[in-house]
Amino acid sequence: MRKALGRSLGRSLGSAALAVALLTGLAPHAALAAKTDVTIGMPLEPPNLDPTGGAAAAIDEVVYANVFEGLTRIGPDGSVLPALAASWDISDDGLVYTFSLREGVTYHDGTAFDAEDVKFSLDRARAEDSTNAQKALFAAIASVDVVDPLTVKVTLSSPAGNFLFNMGWGDAVIVASESAADNATNPIGTGPFKFVNWVKGDHVELGRNPDYWGEPAQLEKATFKFISDPTAAFAAMMAEDLDAYPNFPAPETLSQFEADARFAVVIGSTEGETILAINNGRAPFDDIKVRQALAHAVDRQAVIDGAMFGYGTPIGTHFAPHHPAYVDLTGQYSYDPEKAKALLAEAGHGDGLTVSLKLPPPSYARRGGEIIAQQLAAVGVTAEIANLEWAQWIAEPFKGKDYDLTIVSHTEPMDIGIYARDDYYFDYHSDAFKAIMEELNNTTDPARRTELFQDAQRQIADDAVNVFLFELAKAGVWNAKLKGLWANSPVQANDLTGAYWED
Amino acid sequence: MGSFVAQRFVSLSATLLAASIVIFVVMEVLPGDPAAYMLGLNADPAAVAALREQLGLNEPVLQRYLNWVGGFFVGDFGLSYTYRVPVRELIADRLWVSVPLALMALALAIIIAFPVGIIAAAKRNSIVDAVIMGATQLGIAIPNFWFAMLLVLAFSVGLRWFSAGGFPGWDAGILVGMKSLVLPAVALALPQASILARVMRSALLDTLHEDFIRTARAKGLSSGQAIRHHAVRNALIPVMTIIGLQFSFLLAGAIIIENVFFLPGLGRLIFQAIAQRDLIVVKSVVLLLVAAVVIVNFTVDLAYAAIDPRLRRRAP
Repeated sequence: MRKALGRSLGRSLGSAALAVALLTGLAPHAALAAKTDVTIGMPLEPPNLDPTGGAAAAIDEVVYANVFEGLTRIGPDGSVLPALAASWDISDDGLVYTFSLREGVTYHDGTAFDAEDVKFSLDRARAEDSTNAQKALFAAIASVDVVDPLTVKVTLSSPAGNFLFNMGWGDAVIVASESAADNATNPIGTGPFKFVNWVKGDHVELGRNPDYWGEPAQLEKATFKFISDPTAAFAAMMAEDLDAYPNFPAPETLSQFEADARFAVVIGSTEGETILAINNGRAPFDDIKVRQALAHAVDRQAVIDGAMFGYGTPIGTHFAPHHPAYVDLTGQYSYDPEKAKALLAEAGHGDGLTVSLKLPPPSYARRGGEIIAQQLAAVGVTAEIANLEWAQWIAEPFKGKDYDLTIVSHTEPMDIGIYARDDYYFDYHSDAFKAIMEELNNTTDPARRTELFQDAQRQIADDAVNVFLFELAKAGVWNAKLKGLWANSPVQANDLTGAYWED
Repeated sequence: MGSFVAQRFVSLSATLLAASIVIFVVMEVLPGDPAAYMLGLNADPAAVAALREQLGLNEPVLQRYLNWVGGFFVGDFGLSYTYRVPVRELIADRLWVSVPLALMALALAIIIAFPVGIIAAAKRNSIVDAVIMGATQLGIAIPNFWFAMLLVLAFSVGLRWFSAGGFPGWDAGILVGMKSLVLPAVALALPQASILARVMRSALLDTLHEDFIRTARAKGLSSGQAIRHHAVRNALIPVMTIIGLQFSFLLAGAIIIENVFFLPGLGRLIFQAIAQRDLIVVKSVVLLLVAAVVIVNFTVDLAYAAIDPRLRRRAP
């Protein structure tokens, strides 16, 4: 409260100071022509710079597509594009992928890229002692064979419809055997930017790779600065210390940037399905009526307005609304407190219920949790809020299934498959859902895949596994003259390949 | 004097040993697994197990404690779980920000507080004294993070004289580095200067009632001369105590200011390391800070002796 007060007071004083500065002509002009460097703000510092050795989104936000590349890459619209593999052939049974690699590609340390590097990277990621956070991406691979220096044959044990998409993840980038061990602190990739230095706790600097195989980057230098405090991020943007903050942490200040001609505010989509997760294995939530009651008790739009200042899209299932296969199921459990009360009474909880609501640190969870607790109270469910740190959240609700309700955003793309996992923290077990996923994995026909995705979405909505809240929005703030940044984030990345300054 | 130092040294070692045990135990009971944190929500359990093994988290508790404390003696603090670089390097990098910042803030506090405190004591119960007392009361009452935000909004966002935060590194030049520490140092110094000025004033007022001041006045010195030549030196003992405490506080307690100005200092290192369960970093930094506080106190004890000759002559 004290902080919030300080913040708003500070803001109005800041506006006053700004006005004074403008009136007295003290604000210097940033009229430097042909700027070729960019400074980008990020909320969290990456723990290391090896995308194959950690789950932190911050790693990919610095190095994905900039420093490291995979066989394929994910484009700004979420489509799969060729990267180090110029093209590929898929056998009729969907089991053998033959990748033709690009010629003349070198790593930043001068070593040549060839098929051996691909074999090395994929074998390393799926090895017994691998510490790749997304090991599941490689689970379908049975063998990787070098045909010739520019051809690699990947054989799968069973067809995997999303294999090419999987190979575009940051966790599947192709590293060199010579440098892989040091990538955490000195990343060596094939991308359009090379690593220059890292002042820990402050910034990472990248420089243009003059020997890049593709179209070279237009920027000469890119600096990623780590500013976690939302107020500090606001001040740094306003002072133009930063050129862009692609994932701005304080939605409450966006209107001030919108009103300022120096900045562009771009609201885009993410892959973050924000859910009120329910422990399906624990009484009384093993009763579908109780789960349905919770779904009817929550007013999603009120949560979006109150917690996210209106930025976000309501969802009715665990799927991104901008995806072609999305089904709008938001009407299935419309906001209806009376119905929620009736369902609770039917389930034998007419005189109320007390549950725990464990909240991780992000503001969508903390603010959203307060609002949802109010809404649940209105139907007789008392939610006891506990605020957890991330590490604690992973230990208690996530690994230990020690929770009733929690709020979290699942930011991995196309992750509906988590509902088929037996040991997952929802504790949801459905043979029908598993059968859909099984068939999906064995299907490569796009039309059939779309149908199956839709069946899967309906299945978890029918079972009211969780209360599906909203898709996180990505609020980017950047200098109005800076072009070519991604508006959406189909993967968590700050791809600067196409970024440039407009005169 | 020799046995005084030896005695202090034994108690210093005992304090550090006790602190190391407490720190280690607290880190052990803290919920959260560093490996699980690093690999995130989609992690494969086998990958988490492999990482735990790699980080040495599966060794017995006693073994890990002895490894850690043993490493401390030879200056090897282990490898950070998340950054994967030696903890010693991480701490050394951060000290290059935190120590200069603490020194700058302390110097600023002293430069402001000494004259202000002396003037207030000399003009006690006057309007000047009242104004100074009011201002210092305000200086203590204003939360320093809020004052820091005001500084940023006025001098960075408004006037553009300073950047809003961050630290370019000393490689960018001494002056550039110093400049980036100016606003944080001012924000840190304000409450410290206020406290110090008040302590200075009251310590001086206490000495002004002493016989030697009356004697000095009787010799014909003016009130100001008596304060400058005789009272200040005698008032320094309580002031030194406060300065010692303040330096430890500034070194360890700048977490919030470091966050407001996103400075890569020790405070932010601890803050991040706790959130990421980089326990090996937390343990080492905390123990190091305990050591710093103990050593500063020890130095202050020695400084008393320098200021007050009576303490030097005191028989053991």
